[in-house]
Amino acid sequence: MKSNIILSGVGGQGILTIAAVIDIAALSQNLFIKQSEVHGMSQRGGAVQSHVRLSDKEIYSDLIPEGKANLILSVEPMELLRYIPYLKKNGWIITDSSTFQNIVNYPCKYDLFKKIKSFNNHIIINAKNSAKDLGNSKVANMILLGAASSLIPISEESFLHAINYYFKDKSEKIKAMNINAFKTGQEMAKDFTEFVY
Amino acid sequence: MKNLVLGNEALAQGAIDAGISGIYAYPGTPSTEITEYVQNSKMAKELEIHCSWSVNEKTAMEAALGMSYCGKRSLTAMKHVGLNVASDVFMNMAVSGINGGLVVVVADDPSMHSSQNEQDSRFYGKFAKVPILEPSNQQEAYNMMHYAFDLSEEMQLPVLMRLVTRLSHSRSAVTFKERRAQNGIQLPVNTDRFALIPSHAKVQYEKLVNKRQLLLEASEKCHFNKLKLCEDKSLGIIACGIGYNYVMENIDEDLDFYSILKINQYPVPKSKIKALYKHCDKVLVVEEGYPMLEEILTDYLDDDGQTIGKLTGALPMTGELNPELVGDALGLYRDIKPEISNVVVGRPPQLCEGCGHNDLFEVIQTLIPEIGEKKVFGDIGCYALGALSPLHTINTLIDMGASITMAKGAADAGVENAIAIIGDSTFTHSGMTGLLEAVIENSPITVIISDNSTIAMTGTQDSLAVGRLKDICLGIGVAPEHLKIMVPLKKNSKGNQDLLRKELEYKGLSVIISQRPCVRLSRDKKEAIKEKTAALN
Repeated sequence: MKSNIILSGVGGQGILTIAAVIDIAALSQNLFIKQSEVHGMSQRGGAVQSHVRLSDKEIYSDLIPEGKANLILSVEPMELLRYIPYLKKNGWIITDSSTFQNIVNYPCKYDLFKKIKSFNNHIIINAKNSAKDLGNSKVANMILLGAASSLIPISEESFLHAINYYFKDKSEKIKAMNINAFKTGQEMAKDFTEFVY
Repeated sequence: MKNLVLGNEALAQGAIDAGISGIYAYPGTPSTEITEYVQNSKMAKELEIHCSWSVNEKTAMEAALGMSYCGKRSLTAMKHVGLNVASDVFMNMAVSGINGGLVVVVADDPSMHSSQNEQDSRFYGKFAKVPILEPSNQQEAYNMMHYAFDLSEEMQLPVLMRLVTRLSHSRSAVTFKERRAQNGIQLPVNTDRFALIPSHAKVQYEKLVNKRQLLLEASEKCHFNKLKLCEDKSLGIIACGIGYNYVMENIDEDLDFYSILKINQYPVPKSKIKALYKHCDKVLVVEEGYPMLEEILTDYLDDDGQTIGKLTGALPMTGELNPELVGDALGLYRDIKPEISNVVVGRPPQLCEGCGHNDLFEVIQTLIPEIGEKKVFGDIGCYALGALSPLHTINTLIDMGASITMAKGAADAGVENAIAIIGDSTFTHSGMTGLLEAVIENSPITVIISDNSTIAMTGTQDSLAVGRLKDICLGIGVAPEHLKIMVPLKKNSKGNQDLLRKELEYKGLSVIISQRPCVRLSRDKKEAIKEKTAALN
């Protein structure tokens, strides 16, 4: 069993929280893990990505080879498309539909979503809006993780345990909100049929 | 129990467990988390391991040597270009030798994710004639610390440990070993070797040169350097450090008929290399960074075409390696990959919303029509982003501290209105000495210290300049009437322009301290900075 996941977004959007929760959950299932991340200059509002690799055997490369990612999970739609060369044939792409426009030449959204929808296995959800409904836009990343969870070889129980562990120093309210966000994401993925822009 | 840690963190825990009494460093991507890990470690605190930041890499390495001189183990960590700053002490402590174990960790940044160049630190190790270690993965980064300190104490030499970005910043599960005790104080038996006057230095240098055979033997028997000979003779692979991972990723179980020599310690194990060359028709060298080993091998064996690698074009000369490039070099078939859609545009890093550097750049921009273009000398830090559009304000960025000295050189050349922009921490790192030169000659330049009271780019580490900039400038001899303070806020824009214009008109040295705390600082940190500043002034 091998699972390669690319997480993508913009520096400061919190993709490392998603990575950390996957890592903790995978460790509790005794899987081998490698997870590379971006530190330094790109964290200042630039494109960032994290390669997460899980396996029941030893993993060598810290980077996912091109064409070997089972899943690209993105907190920003254009950033998703940046890593398409890594996607396996028939791999899954999941993204938040909320754009992060800190550049002047951000592409036309219609073209952007048209391109994303050209991939068969896609899920596009407005995680940011749903997060606001839950009380804090920051939990959007747990909604996205919930939406992707059925495609990651980790049990729901391990995920929930990992979320509680990751937020162990936070209040019960924050823990509950993140758990709730994860579950909301699971439902949103199940209910997803078509994204219309 | 496995611990999920970055390569940097694995190494730091390894150093704690190997019995260090201190770590000395200046922040620099990708090395910063090594020191931060020790700073945040409860265990390190209980053990009273010294771990506060140094003013630069040279002072860091010297302090590490001072601790080693007393018989204790010390670690110093830096990014690759940091070793340039520390190279004076690095070269000379190889000659003096060390007392307590001393390990120099250098994190290289091939592909320049966050750096000005991609220099390969292994050359420094070779240059100084010291052992070099290069782990392939996080567990090795941990395990090698015990080994490195033993090797250092056995050889009485500093050991260079080289990391690369992809190992420094990648997490994996690592098993920790038992911790061993720190050394007690034991001053050197003979201090002559540390007093490198020519008569002592000649003796010491001879000793260093004569250690060559010992170092080679250590590499030959090093258990990290592994040779696996297989039946297939068509191709052998030498895989150094992280290069091993990319080779193994491609080879997996399907292609395990290739002979492989894994190298993690230098000088290169000659007998193992000879055995591989004897066994195989061709040898592919996979090394991250410069083709250092490949060059040695090509020269050494004077082979015609037996060695392939970066020099022969099998692998690229620039940028970091990855599984695809190594797969190509192995001649493996690659599926046609989908291209990145043209909908995707670049998203370069940029200054944060509400960053004071932005407002400072705007002030300078408005004056450029008056003073002329191409005269703004920049430095290393977040404000380096002022070289990109739409800010497009700074024209140069070379090394830590070069803004002031380059502006001075420009003024010496007869250029008027030269401006230097330097951050608070970069100024104390390497700007102060250049400022003294400008003071002595009263150079007609305007130095702007963009003071955000932190080392922002690497993640808001403590700046040693906090609360001291004014006194430092006055102490160096800047004229009080040309030492100005400004607060770069929109509402002050007009006043700041007038202030800068006035200092540019002055045909001598001016220093403007542009003060506004980094937006990334937490409220607590901002308070602490305020208190410290108040206490000092």
